[in-house]
Amino acid sequence: MFQYLIRRLLWAGVLFLAVTMVTYVIFFLVPASPARLAAGQSATPERVREVERFLGLDDPVYIQYGNFLKRLVVDGSLGQSFITRRSVNEEIFRAAPITASLVFGGIIMVLLVAIPLGIFSALRPRSLLDRAAMTYVLIGISLPSFWIGLVLSYFIGYKLGLTPIAGYCEVVSIPEAAVCGGVGDWAYRMILPWATLSIVVAGTYVRFVRAEVMETMNQDYVRTARAKGAPERQVMRSHILRNAMLPVVTMIGMDIGILLGGSILIETVFGLPGLGGTAFESVGRYDLPTLQGVVIFGAIAIIVFTLIVDLLYAWIDPRIRLT
Amino acid sequence: MAPLLEVRDLRTRFRTDDGLLQAVDGVSFNVEPGQVLGIVGESGCGKSVTCLTIMGLNDRRLTVSTGEVLFRGEDLLKASSRRLREVRGNEIAMIFQDPMTSLNPVHTIGRQLSEAVTLHRDVSRKEARARALELLEAVRIPRAERRIDDYPHQFSGGMRQRVMIAMALINSPDLLIADEPTTALDVTTQAQILELLKQLQQDFGTAIIMITHDLGVVAETCDDVVVMYSAKVVEHAEVDEVFERPQHPYTWGLMGSLPRLEVVVDRLQQIPGQPPSLLNPPHGCRFHPRCPYTMAVCKEKVPELAEVPGDVFHEQACHLDPATKEREAAKLLATVSGVGS
Repeated sequence: MFQYLIRRLLWAGVLFLAVTMVTYVIFFLVPASPARLAAGQSATPERVREVERFLGLDDPVYIQYGNFLKRLVVDGSLGQSFITRRSVNEEIFRAAPITASLVFGGIIMVLLVAIPLGIFSALRPRSLLDRAAMTYVLIGISLPSFWIGLVLSYFIGYKLGLTPIAGYCEVVSIPEAAVCGGVGDWAYRMILPWATLSIVVAGTYVRFVRAEVMETMNQDYVRTARAKGAPERQVMRSHILRNAMLPVVTMIGMDIGILLGGSILIETVFGLPGLGGTAFESVGRYDLPTLQGVVIFGAIAIIVFTLIVDLLYAWIDPRIRLT
Repeated sequence: MAPLLEVRDLRTRFRTDDGLLQAVDGVSFNVEPGQVLGIVGESGCGKSVTCLTIMGLNDRRLTVSTGEVLFRGEDLLKASSRRLREVRGNEIAMIFQDPMTSLNPVHTIGRQLSEAVTLHRDVSRKEARARALELLEAVRIPRAERRIDDYPHQFSGGMRQRVMIAMALINSPDLLIADEPTTALDVTTQAQILELLKQLQQDFGTAIIMITHDLGVVAETCDDVVVMYSAKVVEHAEVDEVFERPQHPYTWGLMGSLPRLEVVVDRLQQIPGQPPSLLNPPHGCRFHPRCPYTMAVCKEKVPELAEVPGDVFHEQACHLDPATKEREAAKLLATVSGVGS
């Protein structure tokens, strides 16, 4: 177990190097000059070179990458933004909770929708409910998230006025000038983004839960449980779901990691200044340190959540031993 | 003595995509308290479905069952699902063919055994666990007090079948249905499990319905035998009677195909052909397409189950005249002597 953890962490390090290196390479393949952009439209060539030197862009790529790694390992710093000169660490720390709010709230909504719907569809295949769920799934899979987001925002937020159209509120540490804050306001503003995320993501989960439950229902040990005289509720909870949820747990873990790396479209539609928006902006401004920061955060999120899933898996499925 | 279980004219139909499938067609038999009844037949002849119907374990939406399953006088086919749950695992228990897949992989065997107790008895967890341990020792699991917290994958096939038997007997049921309990096990383990079942049957006084396709198992364990072919009973008698005076060509076929140690043969005998489709069974006697003695009447008229004159209970369903049967049975027994004695 301990050995397994060590090995996983070493691999995480390798993965981390690979991800950051690829980001660097891709970034420098783009034929554009961050220094020119930072220096401004009317800057002289001398001025641009000066900015280049200042930002460290005149060094070869591998030296820049080395400096980046050194800064990260020694100072724990992701550097400063090319454009705003603000610390990337601060930028990430500001944006990450917003994305996390969206992702975790959204995933909870996904599960609240997908697990009951998947179970009922599995219990009554080809019934009206199963077909309705299938329609919902198709809508979720086929329609782009920004469209669903805009439609929800227009009808529920604007026409009906039930929710805010866009915007974000801090849960804790409310700034003085803020117009809103606290758990209530936060959740109120997050309802539509969560709903959008759940419509987009839940479809796959409904089908997945349905398939897993249907497969598990036919297992011999489920028949054994019934032969013992167990009531259907207990058969479902203790014998079917416990087994059917194993692969679902894996999928949730990976999806959380991926979504934390940025849900650009949903964040943009609802004006949430999260990681997705940050990454999007930094690409447009050739702001490598900020982009790199988001990428690193996403990579760490995925690594951490897959690790959590693996550990959780060994805990819920006794057949799996981590070695 | 009143029979423990009376199955009367049981018929079970499944709705399938290809139409109605008659899986059990007019099956009747009795099980006395403490008796062992064997049900023999090929795969798909309806022996397992008969037992699942007794337990009410078929999918209710896809099955129609008629007839009577009288358990101590109470018709289980008409019982509420609540009443059936009370009966299952408590008064009638069941063990299945494949011990590798019949236990839930994510729960310890202790938990699965205790669950069977707490479902039917108002006892504490501790008491349920103590009972579980007692049963694990009864089925001779070595170091049971340590193995009780292990998971099914940590047990071998034979040990898992012992766990299944422990789970079935934990509430001291009156009737145990064993659906091919040794089929998935290797030969030495088979013998051990049969020995264990026989021992426990004596200790607990449980009646057993032993479903099998192995006449050797029948000879070792059963008091009475029901031979099923294509959803119907073709022969039903005391075990010695079946081995001494078999009356149905299908039973002869089963006996003729038994491998034996003392006779050298190039090739085992077999019953030619395939079991018929239950969706569209043959007219008349269902065995006639495979029967070496087929007469014209066999293709027209379904033979009724009729009593064979004699000292002991014996029923058969075949149109052949008694003289021919006696002669053919004697011929067969001359070649396969040793079976069942």
